[in-house]
Amino acid sequence: MSLNIKVNDFVVRFANVNGTGSASANHMFAKSIFRMGIPVTPKNIFPSNIQGLPTWYDVRISEKGYLGRKEGVDLMVCMNPQSMQKDIATVSAGGYFLYDSTKVLHSDYIRKDITYIGIPITDICNKEYSDPRQRQLFKNIIYVGALSTLLDIEFGVLEALVSEQFKGKEKLIAPNINALQLGVKYVQEHYSYPLNIRVERRDLLKDKILLNGNKAAGIGAVYGGATVASWYPITPSTSLVEGYEKYAEKYRVDKETGKKNFAIVQAEDELAALGMAIGANWNGARSFTATSGPGLSLMNEFLGLAYFSEIPVVLVDVQRSGPSTGMPTRTQQSDLLMAAYASHGDTKHVFLIPSTPAECFEMMADTFDLAEELQTPVMLLTDLDLGMNDHISEPLKWNPERQYKRGKVLTAEQLDKLDRFGRYLDSDNDGIPYRTIPGTHPSKGSFFTRGSSHDEYAVYSEDSPTYVRIMDRLLKKFETAKSLVPKPHLYQKENKNKSGLLFFGTTTQSAEEAMDLFKEQGIEFDAIQIKAFPFNETVAEFIEAHETVFVIEQNRDAQMRTLLVNELEVDPKKLKKVLNFDGTPITADFIMNQILTQLPKSYLKNKEAVAV
Amino acid sequence: MTYIKSKFAHPNLPKNKLGYTRKEYEGSLTTLCAGCGHDSIGAAIVEACWEMSIEPHKVAKLSGIGCSSKTPAYFLNNSHGFNSVHGRMPSVATGANLANKDLIYLGVSGDGDSASIGMGQFVHVIRRNLNMTYIVMNNGCYGLTKGQDSATADAGSKSKAGSVNMFEGIDLCGLAIELGATFVAQSFSGDKHQLVPLIQAAISHPGFALINVLSPCVTFNNNVGSTKSYDYVREHVEATGTLDYVPPMTEITTTYTDDETKMVEMHDGSWLRLHKLSQTWNPDDKISAINALQHSHVKNEILTGLLYMNNESKELHSLLNTTDVPLNKLNESVLCPGVEILEKINSEFR
Repeated sequence: MSLNIKVNDFVVRFANVNGTGSASANHMFAKSIFRMGIPVTPKNIFPSNIQGLPTWYDVRISEKGYLGRKEGVDLMVCMNPQSMQKDIATVSAGGYFLYDSTKVLHSDYIRKDITYIGIPITDICNKEYSDPRQRQLFKNIIYVGALSTLLDIEFGVLEALVSEQFKGKEKLIAPNINALQLGVKYVQEHYSYPLNIRVERRDLLKDKILLNGNKAAGIGAVYGGATVASWYPITPSTSLVEGYEKYAEKYRVDKETGKKNFAIVQAEDELAALGMAIGANWNGARSFTATSGPGLSLMNEFLGLAYFSEIPVVLVDVQRSGPSTGMPTRTQQSDLLMAAYASHGDTKHVFLIPSTPAECFEMMADTFDLAEELQTPVMLLTDLDLGMNDHISEPLKWNPERQYKRGKVLTAEQLDKLDRFGRYLDSDNDGIPYRTIPGTHPSKGSFFTRGSSHDEYAVYSEDSPTYVRIMDRLLKKFETAKSLVPKPHLYQKENKNKSGLLFFGTTTQSAEEAMDLFKEQGIEFDAIQIKAFPFNETVAEFIEAHETVFVIEQNRDAQMRTLLVNELEVDPKKLKKVLNFDGTPITADFIMNQILTQLPKSYLKNKEAVAV
Repeated sequence: MTYIKSKFAHPNLPKNKLGYTRKEYEGSLTTLCAGCGHDSIGAAIVEACWEMSIEPHKVAKLSGIGCSSKTPAYFLNNSHGFNSVHGRMPSVATGANLANKDLIYLGVSGDGDSASIGMGQFVHVIRRNLNMTYIVMNNGCYGLTKGQDSATADAGSKSKAGSVNMFEGIDLCGLAIELGATFVAQSFSGDKHQLVPLIQAAISHPGFALINVLSPCVTFNNNVGSTKSYDYVREHVEATGTLDYVPPMTEITTTYTDDETKMVEMHDGSWLRLHKLSQTWNPDDKISAINALQHSHVKNEILTGLLYMNNESKELHSLLNTTDVPLNKLNESVLCPGVEILEKINSEFR
């Protein structure tokens, strides 16, 4: 066993049976490390199931602040006999394996290169509790208590977390703290502690917060002025609307009347969910729906309608592994192409890609402005990893001066001054016409919204030149969108290298870590994080300025690369694929390996071979 | 035939309370086949809205796809229209209504649009008791694709080409009552006297109001052997009773003493004067309404008129407890919780 002591730099994996209450105990563990000021990344790797199947919870602790997933387990907390054999094999050499030693481990399960920490948790629970539900739930708390001693987590931090968790149910606080102490006591009496992997209090997080992207986006919808949310339950987007509901119930209920300044409808399917959001936006209320890939497939029809009839609408796609039902509880970035060109006929859609919870909040609010300014569907493309896992993030920020940008909406006074209102006239030469909200004016401003071909006055038309004019104007509007969507983030003031990295969304954290790892090896890359589609000039310039650009993404078919080639007409040979699509969040090591195998020889000429 | 609609109006055309003539409620020139039942329904909508002195711009007219769904272009030109996608009008109407509870929502659909591709949305908009008038222009066939049977075609009904429909027809009214619809009526496009007050009552009804209107397709389903032809419908129509709409603020002078006539006060202050023709049917009794429908099926009759009404139901906004101000009128000051609260929210995550 290695005697190297690893402080604030290791991975703990919990192996549990789903439906046993383990997720909240594991979350408490991660949060305690967050409270000690140490960067931590929890990732719940769960099955599409409610009870009985294996589920894992990875917690990466990284003093350097790396928030991506990392392969290799330094400490496995195994509470699931089903997956035990596999879990033992997963532990890195020199690592630890904590298990319930009520039953003796089979000799097949013994590895010489790892340390076993047996705690008879079932026995302890059976002695301490008579209620079967308590026997189950407190198992989880006992191992958290044991871990606090083994890893040097401050017990006071855990006590505080328990008190907060059971605020309002004070009766539960003492038994939970007692369970934590049972774990502490067993370790103190039977093992030397702390382990060679351990935590030490730091002050690295300042005012940062720990939350998931779905909740952040839900709060963003409240702040962004959404009043109608229509949705159909689907993993992993469900908690987004639940987040919106929670904060709307808190901050959007009229104190005097008790009435709600919002409406939420659980629709009969995703088609209706988007239809309702479109109907509400058509009628002047900010409205959104949230879904995942299968829902987006169904929503294609309505996206075409909103595109062609120019109705603002906001749609969040929390992406998961496709195709079809795919792996519903695993992550991917594989809906890019469908989002960009959803629906039959010629269509192009705007989408934003956040990479942190703070960006989920901010961009969610932005989508409402953009949708109304552009009068078109605007999507927020997150993924399961960002949406459902807690991430350390900058705090949510709101400019107190911010006014909603409602776009070109004519008032009754403005209509009075017009000879004739033309819903689809390009009066400002930016491709964006003026709209009216139903009921505005007794005799002016009414028009007929339709998905069939129409002229500038919204009158049905099968006249070819008219149709072409409208379709061309929609393209012009898409050009205008390029200057309105969030700009990409460039990692350098000026380009210094022949090769560049291009990434987006949840790939960002691991890509940044990979850049650091490369730097340690003497290889430097320029880099760009894309935040929106359509791409603006900066993206084209970045690709133009480099011989090779590694496009890092989490899908099989290099969908972002396809979009870049298609929209920017760049030489496909310049764009190298770095693709992780196994359903687990991409890691820095993976990125490094994929790039190394593709780096041009000239690039490596003066560098030593790098082994990763 | 001319393709330009005359703008000429006689100076002495009668005006309603708003000072509008019927002209202000008309639409563009219809492009449907001459004699299409749907145009008669459009005319009845114009008449109903004019008589009720509804401000045209306070009406949102929505439809799906098909011949029926084209008709909103042919009435109420000063209303906002939304010709959505096939079978999806109910969801668009739901969203629109949630955004602004103060407008009148008039949905127009067909039998293909409602009973086939849009059956899911039809069912669920009823469940939610959305405050809207939902008119099905029901001709038992797909007109715009040249006459295929629809899901409301009766079993045994013969098409123009001579083929006999094998499948049971869906009874939209019976289904709606089962689903908890709070206003259900059936009518015939050729019976304007019956249809106009039904539309007025439906608009006054605070909740979901379905009017299934048999509206023969002159081109594809008006042949001998069809149960949706003009001749067949005329011969088989049997009314539950007669209904008159009495606008708000009208002095009620007559008192009715007989059992068959009653006055029903609507929430907007208008009245319905209902004269029953059947002893066993009561419009506020669901079971008698379903019985009456089933009896009419057995007797090969088409039961028309008001079938069922529950005036005391809660529509979607009151179920959701939304604010009295239309949601689309709320601004930042109400919608955005502000910076201080955001700081409080941030601290929840530390």
